[in-house]
Amino acid sequence: MSYLTLQHYWWAIISLLAALLVFLMFVQGGQTLIYRLGKTSNERTMIVNALGRKWEFTFTTLVTFGGALFASFPLFYSTSFGGAYWAWMALLFAFIIQAVSYEFRSRPSNFLGKRTFDVFLFVNGLLGTVLLGVVVGTFFNGANFSVSNMNLSQWENPAHGLEAVLTFSNVALGLAIFFLARVLSLLYFMNSIDHETIFRNAKKQLLYNTIPFLVFFLYFVVRLLLIKGFAYDPKTFEVSMEPYKYLHNFLQMPVVLIIFLVGVVGVLWGIISSLLKDKTNGIWYAGIGTVLTIFALMLVAGYNNTCCYPSNFDLQSSLTIVNSSSSKYTLTVMSYVSLMLPFVLAYIWYAWKAINREKITESEITGEGEGHVY
Amino acid sequence: MNELLDLSLVDWSRAQFALTAMYHWLFVPLTLGITFILAIMETIYVKTGNPEWKKITKFWMKVFGINFAIGVATGIILEFEFGTNWSTYSWFVGDIFGAPLAIEGIMAFFMESTFIAVMFFGWEKVSKRFHLVSTWLTALGANLSALWILVANGWMQFPVGMQFNPDTARNEMVNFWDVFLSPVATSKFLHTIFSGFELASIFVIGISAWYILKKREVIFARKSILVSAVFGLISSVFVIGFGHFSTQQVAYHQPMKLAAMEGLYQGKNGPGLIAMGVLSTKQSDPEYKQLKNFLFRVEIPRGLSLLAYFNTTQFMPGIKDLLNGNSEHNILSAPEKIVRGKEAIQLLKDYKMALDNGNADEATQLRAKFMSDDFQKNYFKYFGYGYLKSPTDLIPSIPMVFYSFRIMVMLGTYFVFFFLFAFLWVTRGTLDKKKWFLRLAIITMPLAYIASMSGWTLAEVGRQPWVIQDLLPTVAAVSHINASAVQVTFWLFAFVFTLLLIAEVKIMAKQIKIGPKDGGH
Repeated sequence: MSYLTLQHYWWAIISLLAALLVFLMFVQGGQTLIYRLGKTSNERTMIVNALGRKWEFTFTTLVTFGGALFASFPLFYSTSFGGAYWAWMALLFAFIIQAVSYEFRSRPSNFLGKRTFDVFLFVNGLLGTVLLGVVVGTFFNGANFSVSNMNLSQWENPAHGLEAVLTFSNVALGLAIFFLARVLSLLYFMNSIDHETIFRNAKKQLLYNTIPFLVFFLYFVVRLLLIKGFAYDPKTFEVSMEPYKYLHNFLQMPVVLIIFLVGVVGVLWGIISSLLKDKTNGIWYAGIGTVLTIFALMLVAGYNNTCCYPSNFDLQSSLTIVNSSSSKYTLTVMSYVSLMLPFVLAYIWYAWKAINREKITESEITGEGEGHVY
Repeated sequence: MNELLDLSLVDWSRAQFALTAMYHWLFVPLTLGITFILAIMETIYVKTGNPEWKKITKFWMKVFGINFAIGVATGIILEFEFGTNWSTYSWFVGDIFGAPLAIEGIMAFFMESTFIAVMFFGWEKVSKRFHLVSTWLTALGANLSALWILVANGWMQFPVGMQFNPDTARNEMVNFWDVFLSPVATSKFLHTIFSGFELASIFVIGISAWYILKKREVIFARKSILVSAVFGLISSVFVIGFGHFSTQQVAYHQPMKLAAMEGLYQGKNGPGLIAMGVLSTKQSDPEYKQLKNFLFRVEIPRGLSLLAYFNTTQFMPGIKDLLNGNSEHNILSAPEKIVRGKEAIQLLKDYKMALDNGNADEATQLRAKFMSDDFQKNYFKYFGYGYLKSPTDLIPSIPMVFYSFRIMVMLGTYFVFFFLFAFLWVTRGTLDKKKWFLRLAIITMPLAYIASMSGWTLAEVGRQPWVIQDLLPTVAAVSHINASAVQVTFWLFAFVFTLLLIAEVKIMAKQIKIGPKDGGH
């Protein structure tokens, strides 16, 4: 494979990991709904246990996303993490407190009390989704950094990443992901918990969360199609602003457009079918739809000679999949490793099915069975 | 690469990374070992069908679950701190260092997190055999993740399989197998995981000893001790073997670290090994204030030479040889290395300047000079030295390195006997009567953690001032952020980690108190 093909291949892998991460953030969305859906202690425990069997997948995907970005686009990694310090640190804090909360919340002598760990889960659900969306928003809207001729990046804003929340479009993407995560979690609960009250509450909440999701998502997408984008000349690598760049990207890459549209339809169908009928399989449509939609959006951010991490401070410092990637050798080695991904996805699928064969029931979490309960 | 040498920023960044790494390492070794202990116990259960073994497995699984969550929480921070606090480093070596991290995620973390879910929740949902395989795969996944991060760490101690590219101004991988199969990485990985197995064995024996002392769960405790004593005994032999291999690698590739850990100030043929010693506060040499006299030392004649090179006459350089140079043994002085490093840095800058100014011919010439064998071997080799201010910057903290090595080795030796006697007495059925040993087993638990932490202190403090040996000093690797920002996050991490540690210890203690009977899942 040529160097350029490898760079495209690796941007696709990064995009796929980001897409899977957003889908798996249904765990975070669900964490913000524990008290809204569960009115009794048992109901809340059922919800927490439904999420608790999946939190490590989200966590692992986030770690793998970080590792893969480091390996394949190290300049992107060093620029963003070293520069947008506060944004990433806030995100990381939100994840530290999540990891222990499931295991610790219902253990005797847990020192901080069950409620504290439930608050930790809520904070993780809120900050984790919104901040991730805000940071990904900067992939389209740009960030304040410069890159020297030694390829060393320098953040040019003293807020070190917090300034990203001043761009409404970034926040809109953050909120869209937050409400999408909640929608996905509701569909997941409807699918995996065998409890009448939770099902009814989830269905009611589904409508309330779909509306803000659609508002923020449509705002972000419509604006994206109308704004100027950061384009570069593939021969000279000069960066310039191109009107309707992202619209052009969709039109010039019809396959990506189709993936995007199929994804959006999938999400909408998953929601609508669950709202109109008492369907429990909406999570599959909406889940696959989410993966396709985010995958397409990430491709639009980096493909077709577009700057995947634009600089608002110095246009020519903008990062592309070409100037921020690892060497050809490393990308090749990593490509061999990536061949394991289908195998990994297959065993996750198999194990997931084995665990989810039966729905979560009240008797399971009240200790009548011998399963592990959070 | 970084011209900003803000020491406060560097110190706080180091402190933050050390804090995170140490908290992380409080939990990881137990995970590495106890997952295998669980797998062995469950295998016995599946083979024998004895429900007692299922109860034993499930109890230790619960203990593992409490420990695992906090290990994960601290682990994610470490991965991202490479970017947030060491961004120059991330660029300078990301082409090589990033790959193991990504492989770790794809190959190990998913395996661990997938099968851990089956292990915890699958008792009634999957077949016995599938559950057992899942437990083994969880252990394998946990240890595979250790493999990749230790390959990365091994590369930092002994950078191989790469070539500096002046166009991108970074090191690039040219041979994956050299990185993966580096003897430093291999010995580090094996020494580390087997030490984790030892720690987990000591942990299980210690808790089980407490039950016997309390006359509770005696059969459960004896069975747990039997499995752990065998596992620990085998592991302790490997720890010593690979520890020896690791020390040899240090002798070959990090002579300054070896000289510091052995208190070898002046090089000689066939130096002795200091078995025990106490450093005084008095300077040994007016020129180098870091070098302190010994109050006393017990030395094994020619031991160091024998240990590192299997002969009694090998010349081994001391700290002064490495700083002042030694022409007889072809050792360049540190000032000379600094001059050569500065020349390498300047040539890279000149090349970049020529490119920026559009002087293509000059750029071509400079590049050719930079890439020539002579320049690579005699100048670029010392690239990192160009960022040092003084030759004495090259001396790591001698007391920390010297004592941590001895604490680790002495405890490691003790653990072999500890496992041996635990095994002998539990098989003979006399362990219950040896109350002093049972009490000793409880005291041994914190000693295992001290030994483990000492090992990492030796490895990481010993390689200072380098973040990548000879290529990138720590001061040049740091992110350009305010020291105050790092201070804030340092204290936040310190607070949150401590809070979670207290919670973890309290939960663990309560769970142990409840015991296996009422603590079923």
